[in-house]
Amino acid sequence: MNPFKNQKEIVKTSPRVSDEIKQTTCYMCACRCGIDVHMLDNQIRYIEGNKNHPTNKGVLCAKGSAGIMQQNSPAKLSKPLLRIGERGKGEFKEIEWDEAMQIATTWLSDIRNTDPKKLAFFTGRDQSQSLTGWWANQFGTCNFAAHGGFCSVNMAAAGLYTIGGSFWEFGEVDWEHTKYFILFGCAEDHDSNPIKMGLGKLKSKVDSKFVSVNPVKTGYSAIADEWIGIRPGTDGLFVHSLIYELLKSNKVDWKYLNKYTNANWLVYNNPGNKKHGLFARDENNLPVVYCKNTKIVSSDIENTNSAFFGKYKYNNVEVIPSFEFLSKEYLNPKYKPENISKLIDIDAKVIKKIAAEIAETAFEKEIEIKVDWEDHNGKKHSSFKGRPVSMHAMRGISAHSNGFNTCKLIHILQTLIGSIDVPGGFRYKAPYPKHVVPGPKPAGKIVKPNTPIGGMPLGFPTSPEDLLTDEDEKPLRIDKAYSWENPLSAHGLMHMVINNAWKGDPYKIDVLFMYMANMAWNSSMNTEETIKKLTDKDKETGEYKIPKIIYSDAYYSETVPYADLVLPDTTYLERWDCISLLDRPISSADSAADAIRQPIIEPTRDVKPFQDVLIELGARLGLPGFVNEDMSPKYPNGYSDYIVNHERQPGIGPLAGWRGNGNQFGKGEVNKNQLEEYIQNGCFHNHEFNDNQKYYKFTNKHYLNFAHEMGWINKKEPIVIQMYSEEMQKFKLAGEGYGDKIPPDHLKDRITKYFNPVPTWYQPFEEKINKEKGKSFDLYAVTQRPPHMYHSWGSQNAWLRQITNLNYLYISEYIAQENNLKNLDWVWLESFSNKIKVQCRVMKGVNKNTVWTWNAIGKRKGAWNLSPGAPESNKGFLLNHLISDVLPNEGNRNSQLSNSDPITGQAAWYDLKVKIYKCKDEEIDGKIYPNFDTIKNKSRKNMYISDYGKQFTKEFKDNNLTLNQEYIGNSKNIK
Amino acid sequence: MTSLPEKQNKKLGLVIDLDICVGCHACAVNCKEWNTSGHSSPLHDIDPYGDDPTGVWFNRIHTFEVESEINGSKTVHFPKSCLHCSDAPCVTVCPTGASYKREEDGIVLVNPETCIGCKLCSWSCPYGAREYDEEAGIMKKCTLCVDKIYNENIPESDRVPACVSTCPAGARSFGDLGDENSDIFKLVEERNGYDLMPEQDCLPTNKYLPPREKNNQFKNDALNSITNDNDFSFDTWKEIVEDASK
Repeated sequence: MNPFKNQKEIVKTSPRVSDEIKQTTCYMCACRCGIDVHMLDNQIRYIEGNKNHPTNKGVLCAKGSAGIMQQNSPAKLSKPLLRIGERGKGEFKEIEWDEAMQIATTWLSDIRNTDPKKLAFFTGRDQSQSLTGWWANQFGTCNFAAHGGFCSVNMAAAGLYTIGGSFWEFGEVDWEHTKYFILFGCAEDHDSNPIKMGLGKLKSKVDSKFVSVNPVKTGYSAIADEWIGIRPGTDGLFVHSLIYELLKSNKVDWKYLNKYTNANWLVYNNPGNKKHGLFARDENNLPVVYCKNTKIVSSDIENTNSAFFGKYKYNNVEVIPSFEFLSKEYLNPKYKPENISKLIDIDAKVIKKIAAEIAETAFEKEIEIKVDWEDHNGKKHSSFKGRPVSMHAMRGISAHSNGFNTCKLIHILQTLIGSIDVPGGFRYKAPYPKHVVPGPKPAGKIVKPNTPIGGMPLGFPTSPEDLLTDEDEKPLRIDKAYSWENPLSAHGLMHMVINNAWKGDPYKIDVLFMYMANMAWNSSMNTEETIKKLTDKDKETGEYKIPKIIYSDAYYSETVPYADLVLPDTTYLERWDCISLLDRPISSADSAADAIRQPIIEPTRDVKPFQDVLIELGARLGLPGFVNEDMSPKYPNGYSDYIVNHERQPGIGPLAGWRGNGNQFGKGEVNKNQLEEYIQNGCFHNHEFNDNQKYYKFTNKHYLNFAHEMGWINKKEPIVIQMYSEEMQKFKLAGEGYGDKIPPDHLKDRITKYFNPVPTWYQPFEEKINKEKGKSFDLYAVTQRPPHMYHSWGSQNAWLRQITNLNYLYISEYIAQENNLKNLDWVWLESFSNKIKVQCRVMKGVNKNTVWTWNAIGKRKGAWNLSPGAPESNKGFLLNHLISDVLPNEGNRNSQLSNSDPITGQAAWYDLKVKIYKCKDEEIDGKIYPNFDTIKNKSRKNMYISDYGKQFTKEFKDNNLTLNQEYIGNSKNIK
Repeated sequence: MTSLPEKQNKKLGLVIDLDICVGCHACAVNCKEWNTSGHSSPLHDIDPYGDDPTGVWFNRIHTFEVESEINGSKTVHFPKSCLHCSDAPCVTVCPTGASYKREEDGIVLVNPETCIGCKLCSWSCPYGAREYDEEAGIMKKCTLCVDKIYNENIPESDRVPACVSTCPAGARSFGDLGDENSDIFKLVEERNGYDLMPEQDCLPTNKYLPPREKNNQFKNDALNSITNDNDFSFDTWKEIVEDASK
């Protein structure tokens, strides 16, 4: 045989791909796409998007496509661990599950029998909060929350207190019809595939425009038709200026305001009175409006000519329409583009141009979808009219101490142009919209041994009476949520738990129980100090200040070594899960949808899904709801048992699909076959709304009736957009000293200043405080999200870390020039509380006063089973070290305020202000600072080669290898 | 040393829309995932949890900034894989015939049985689109998912390269670029799709689509002020809009 003759390869074009396709829901991030997992010889051959799935319609992102490597991560925990060395040293012994459960039960039952609030149960990036919150309720502790206080609560609360729905993943752009889309800040995570699909669709239309308002031009901003490189924390001023321009030019949808908002509602105008700024109400407690012909009438009487302006008398007190107040505030000349321009680093001409484009699109390019529908009054309409301007915002707004107000300002702007839940605008996803403000209130005012707290720990206060404070107005919760420090903290303040528990402020706890929360690393502000607080001991007793820590995680994260008891969780491919309408469903604007995960493969480690463990713990502790009358476990088969059989209210359970005998949606008896039905349908249920229910949901009779029937809203009345917020005014009045419940003296000014019925922008706290103290930290520091990573879940992933395993500090050319810096120089970055040493790169597409880096690429040495020499630990860094968890102390008070939004308690990690300077030659050692000790992890193995896929090569190798290889010396290829 | 086919029946290839690529790496990872168990399996990863993890990827995304006088700076996400050139220097340079271009569809493949890992092809490829697998000792590259696009074990609608079916933004298309009647050919015509580095004379099959030119769709006169800008008074404004608001 002549080896040099061109041998034609026989290419096998139809290898087997799978002997079974199992469908489930991805959990490589919070987007929750449907996936088809191709199984070949009981191993995962390929994961792709499920084409029939409402979320991703067949596509799949980089994270989802790397699921195989997540499953094969060597960082997976394999057995329950009990700490034997000092906390933080990573010295554990492996124990059996029974022993682990016994330890946990003993610790927890002691607390429950004496003082249940000594359990702080915080569940991180948990998507089963309808279970975990309910468990906390049954246990009897008020101290429960998840990760939302760090991440999203400004957006959730601003939305729910204004329009009855919110950004994040709870609403979406009408991608099909929108013509003008404004994206505020970084959004490359939640709703990740729908946004990418939407941007592709939007950009493919000739008459569309995509505007990105972001200090940094990466990711989605890179394809924006116009990039507004705004100064961080000033988006609210930009929106103010847009509102100013639109109002001034009478580009307002008056009909929309009249019909769907509280713009006409009359407000008492008598400063110095306890009712000042509250709505005037009739004998039925309904707000009233002024009508030219009929004078003052109830707002629920449909009236087309109620006044937006004027001064009137009601019960002998002066009243004004709320819009008079609002428009006067927003037409203040301080919001003129010329006056705003310098504060936000955007030319006044650009502000005016954007405002003009919004106006032109909204009012001259109106669209109409021909559908017969009825509003709540039964009035028939033949089409949905739409103003095709849409907006979306996420953490770029959220993570500032003015985020709540800024987000509210965006909602005001959307409302003024009539673009909420209309064709081409922003749309609610089921179960939203809800009435403003949605119930229930937070439970936990009374905590007693062996007694549930009587409701879900997280809820929505509407007045000071709903706060969780004692008779001295001191916080009842360990995280000080729902206290005067952050009254509307609807997601809790997980970021304060470790600090407060360590300090014993407001009290000491006994057990800190956490799930899926990397609190010893990237999910904390001031990480260095947080770690110290986890290991700090009482000098007198020698005991840890936080006595016991139970932690559940699937991987060896930075937080594992700080636990006393580690309960190893499964991967997302090994478990049941429920993505519920009671929690954070996968609905779209066109349909109500929920989903499950089913186990795709059996774990070969001694691990259990966290929810199974929690349900078993509930039964062992005898928590009501988790045991039958004879104290036997109510859900002996764990989470899947609970998903099917639990009913929150009669007929309403975690899953809405296939209830009753399999043909009922939303409400119906328990169906033993429900999971099987979900599996048959690709692990999701999608209830498509009728065409006449899809828009104007706040007033749409057929939608409202349906939502009421489903239990999503508790009355069929229309949902009125609250441009003017009475709830905010109630807190403001309390701050001024009116009412029965008023804040402690040191917080009165804060409440009065930041609670306003009409949202306004204010300077972020860190900047304000630096300025007051005369400290110059002139630069802004923020992070962006690499779309192929998600927090810590992705960075130990063998494939994804090949794309990004270190991060640089990106600086503007202006900063480079001012500080004599060039690419790859080592620099110190210093904030008022700490400093870090990192390597910089210069770029053009960034606001000139801003430095930025990728979020959560930096890893601690030895965590996630990475080599201690990994780039993630030696060149990758976190900005978290620079971000203080508390604000500098004012006066002599012992208690410090959280570095958070004063209204919601949302962690303000985008408020960071810094200065930069070049490292001295002797300081450069090629490594970042701070550089922590290596985490000890006995299970870490050094895998030198990964050859995943090799096990399937037999599919291609039917023919024996030819002898060519020997001739041509390619012996390496003969295996 | 290796001949190109005398005729090409088809020119299968990719079209990548740079106007909507957000640089999310979905295509790269899904490609890796499919192909590590595909024709060129496995795509080895060396030191995957170590200090310098490297591996074989058929598709990589490069992100960089460009600057023009008119538009200022622009961040570009640029996915790059083998362009399956009509005049592929990586084929003609191959001393063993391992690197070859298929007559039936124009896909450029490497026969792992006859590749000696001499890397001449990667030196000759002006696009740097070849991937040497250190562990296997042979050259690997994009196969255009030759084991997927004809695969009779999967539904017909799935028979497109993994990078195309997974792309969330819809920035990637697949088809016969040699067929003037194909959708993909028309797309390239319509959007002025271009060859990467045409001066290299490789006649690449894959095409890139430039940013769309948007018509200036705004008149920008929507905010003709209803009041005097310099002497703005809330009360005057109120009088004017009060009528409008009814």
